[in-house]
Amino acid sequence: MLSQRIAQQTLRRLALQNPAARFVAPAALASRNALVNQRRLAATTSSMQENQPNTEILAKQRLARPVSPHLSIYRPQITWYGSIINRITGSLMSGTFYLFGAAYLAAPVFGWHLETATIAAAFASWPVILQFLTKVVFGWQFTYHTFNGVRHLMWDTASGITNKAVNQTGWFVMGLSTVSAVALALL
Amino acid sequence: MALRLATRRLALAQQAPKVFRRGMATPTASDTLAHTKGEPLSTISEATSASRAPIPPSKTTTIKEPETDPQAKIKTFHIYRWNPDEPTSKPKMQSYTLDLNKTGPMMLDALIRIKNEVDPTLTFRRSCREGICGSCAMNIDGVNTLACLCRIPTETAKESRIYPLPHTYVVKDLVPDLTQFYKQYKSIKPYLQRDTPPPDGRENRQSKADRRKLDGLYECILCACCSTSCPSYWWNSEEYLGPAVLLQSYRWIADSRDEKTAARKDALNNSMSLYRCHTILNCSRTCPKGLNPALAIAEIKKSMAFSS
Repeated sequence: MLSQRIAQQTLRRLALQNPAARFVAPAALASRNALVNQRRLAATTSSMQENQPNTEILAKQRLARPVSPHLSIYRPQITWYGSIINRITGSLMSGTFYLFGAAYLAAPVFGWHLETATIAAAFASWPVILQFLTKVVFGWQFTYHTFNGVRHLMWDTASGITNKAVNQTGWFVMGLSTVSAVALALL
Repeated sequence: MALRLATRRLALAQQAPKVFRRGMATPTASDTLAHTKGEPLSTISEATSASRAPIPPSKTTTIKEPETDPQAKIKTFHIYRWNPDEPTSKPKMQSYTLDLNKTGPMMLDALIRIKNEVDPTLTFRRSCREGICGSCAMNIDGVNTLACLCRIPTETAKESRIYPLPHTYVVKDLVPDLTQFYKQYKSIKPYLQRDTPPPDGRENRQSKADRRKLDGLYECILCACCSTSCPSYWWNSEEYLGPAVLLQSYRWIADSRDEKTAARKDALNNSMSLYRCHTILNCSRTCPKGLNPALAIAEIKKSMAFSS
């Protein structure tokens, strides 16, 4: 930044030295330069042009710069893992809801049987362990998203935002949603 | 109003000469922009923001400590390297071994020792070595922190990995390009704005209680650890201001002496500048100064909700 500013000031000074200025009294010239140096314009970036030879290397390098690794190297933490799980569960549940709703609407046209009684009968014919696991998977999405939603409501009031509280409530919601999902599956 | 949208200023910056554009790292960025006019910039950044995975340490050589003695505590450091002088080469993870008995306690000591004694081409920023300048911010063992405040884990069996700040354009090795970060800081006008002169004609005074509101805000050193730990900032850094800049914004919103509070809030009142914060809370977790940017953002959101 500093070198850039110095370069800009030098450029401005050079621009000021038109032939007429050579005949002005030195004192006047000095005061004029002093005035220019005191001025700080908000938009000062226009003096650097892309086609100038000294910025060409910079422009070329910027084209080639890699993006540093992010998702793949950041340490898994309850903060961002909890957040992405909240998003995934929300998307999965609403996606399932819309897909099933659309399929139910289209069922008479294609001759599918998506009535509650038919689905309940099909589900009852599954092995018990598969029934339980399906219930837990769907139940956990619902419970996690709900309890984590309460956490978000709390944060919206700007309370509970400390590293310790976030850690504790994060793991508490994980545990609570697992326990309640299993309980729901056993109903 | 000129400062209606902070995003608008950034959108204007897109038309600036190519050198000043941050989206330059992808050569196709301008082509992509042409046919996605009107869509948020985030769609482009998300599509083009895949980082170039570095060559893993198993495929690169290990530069070993010159002489070893039997008592040595040898620890391996894998460090991200990329040289702009060979722009076509992939970034790679270079391994170094150091004797911890001859190295200072902090990660920065290890980096400086590598640079001084093993490999002078290793490039990183550092200045104060005591956590007040914010130069040596980098990703150490998966977490953003200042190398000068991060102790080297003493168990030698565990290898340390050092990357530049995540999802930044790499200038060289561990040096990220923070141009956009500083532009965003400038966009929130981080200075006192008043129209009326102070009542006594000398100083803008404030009560002790008002001054106390700035504790935990003014200590920020703008090291960019929090902003680059935020997944939302990774995908939306063109438009979302990020935790560090929003903390600074709140520092001036909360200041009792500032008279442009309404204008400051108005500048944040759009879908991108502030509300891309999804309370992921990586920012507060990673702050090497122990500040709480997430709380500052929550306070801004709350005051916006109750004031309009």
